[in-house]
Amino acid sequence: MRRLVRAIILLATIGASAGWVLTRPVHITDDEVAALTGDAAAGEAVFWAGGCASCHAAEDASGEARLILGGGQAFPSDFGTFRAPNISPDPTQGIGDWSLAQFLTAMQNGISPEGQHYYPAFPYTAYRLADRQDLADLFAFMQTLPASDQASLPHDVGFPFSIRRAVGLWNVLYLRDEFVVTSDLTEEEARGRYLSEALAHCGECHTPRGALGAVDRSRWLQGAPALTGRGTIPALTPDELDWSADEIAAYLNDGFTPTFDAAGGHMRSVIANLANLDEADRAAIAAYLGRLPPSDTAP
Amino acid sequence: MSLPRTLITAALMGGIALSSLPLTATAQEQNPAVTARQGQFQIMALNIGVLGQMARGNTDYDAETAQAAANNLLTMSQIDQRFHWVPGTDNESIEGTRALPAIWEEGSQVIAIWGRFGEGAAALAEVAGDGLDPMRASLGPVGAACGDCHDDYRAEE
Repeated sequence: MRRLVRAIILLATIGASAGWVLTRPVHITDDEVAALTGDAAAGEAVFWAGGCASCHAAEDASGEARLILGGGQAFPSDFGTFRAPNISPDPTQGIGDWSLAQFLTAMQNGISPEGQHYYPAFPYTAYRLADRQDLADLFAFMQTLPASDQASLPHDVGFPFSIRRAVGLWNVLYLRDEFVVTSDLTEEEARGRYLSEALAHCGECHTPRGALGAVDRSRWLQGAPALTGRGTIPALTPDELDWSADEIAAYLNDGFTPTFDAAGGHMRSVIANLANLDEADRAAIAAYLGRLPPSDTAP
Repeated sequence: MSLPRTLITAALMGGIALSSLPLTATAQEQNPAVTARQGQFQIMALNIGVLGQMARGNTDYDAETAQAAANNLLTMSQIDQRFHWVPGTDNESIEGTRALPAIWEEGSQVIAIWGRFGEGAAALAEVAGDGLDPMRASLGPVGAACGDCHDDYRAEE
């Protein structure tokens, strides 16, 4: 009996240690990013493609106000309500005192400078696929934006989801380093894939989620219930979305569907971002969407 | 169950089925206010489309056509809306509409947004015949008013 108890304690200790190791925060080091120099001018396009303002600017902000990233918007989910933090260059309330390595660790590993796991409401799952040079440019651009001294609001997430360390296990299960669409793509389609999968994180709303809230990559961009609980976010696969590539690209610029209905909801904010990109980038996204595997087939 | 009872049951059920037929048909008919406002938005979209296709470069700019479409939008903006928006015609009360209850709730901004649509349409009608660039610049605020309302007051599909 005593031996059994010992064995159980031993196994439990091994399990707990393995869990602790698996969930440990992985930091990108200063040495790893020493060769990167951010170009703020180039970073503006990354900023708009990445959709930062849609969550981190004030709700309904327009024009110049979309550059004030004081946070505060609430995002309801099955796990509680998440609130976007202040990521303006304010050194106290924002991220003004971060190093590039800390920024990359947040963007690609989902880890704060204090070593805490971010919740994947923040799409580090997508930004993980981004080029580090692009992210360095983005970081440089963000430092040119106005500072906001608004304090970040806490998330409203109940037990057990309040245990941040558990996100480490979630990361083991769901973090991926590959694109979802892996078929042979033209240069334009591949650019569209990079913009859509690594930066614009279209899949966060347009792909259904599994039990633990992870995007279901086997049903990529096949449409999903709206996170607001009101209605459905449409599928973007070519069997479902019968708009031409030109119509998709134009919609991402002026917000009008082919029948000139005006976009609403969160997509409006996405369009306000994407309208700032080069026309070729919107065309690339449209080209990529045309290459999505149809709904009801796995990619 | 005896034969007469079975027959009676069958007859009653048939009767219930028959009596519910007209009821079903009534329930599927659109509320006239909903039909009217959806028609209104279709006319708006059609006219915005005329201008939008020119703005996108898909059709050639034509001053007379652009002016006609802009005039129509201005006219639409001047229609008194009270009969389109009967209380109880939100998407939680009836089928066939995406109109959210927030339209009728305290603090609703729909009247202010509709006013911005009117201002935008008036500004558009001023310049729509003056050339592609002025028309395109004035189309933006009109589209923004449409989007402002769809943002908070129309459900996702």
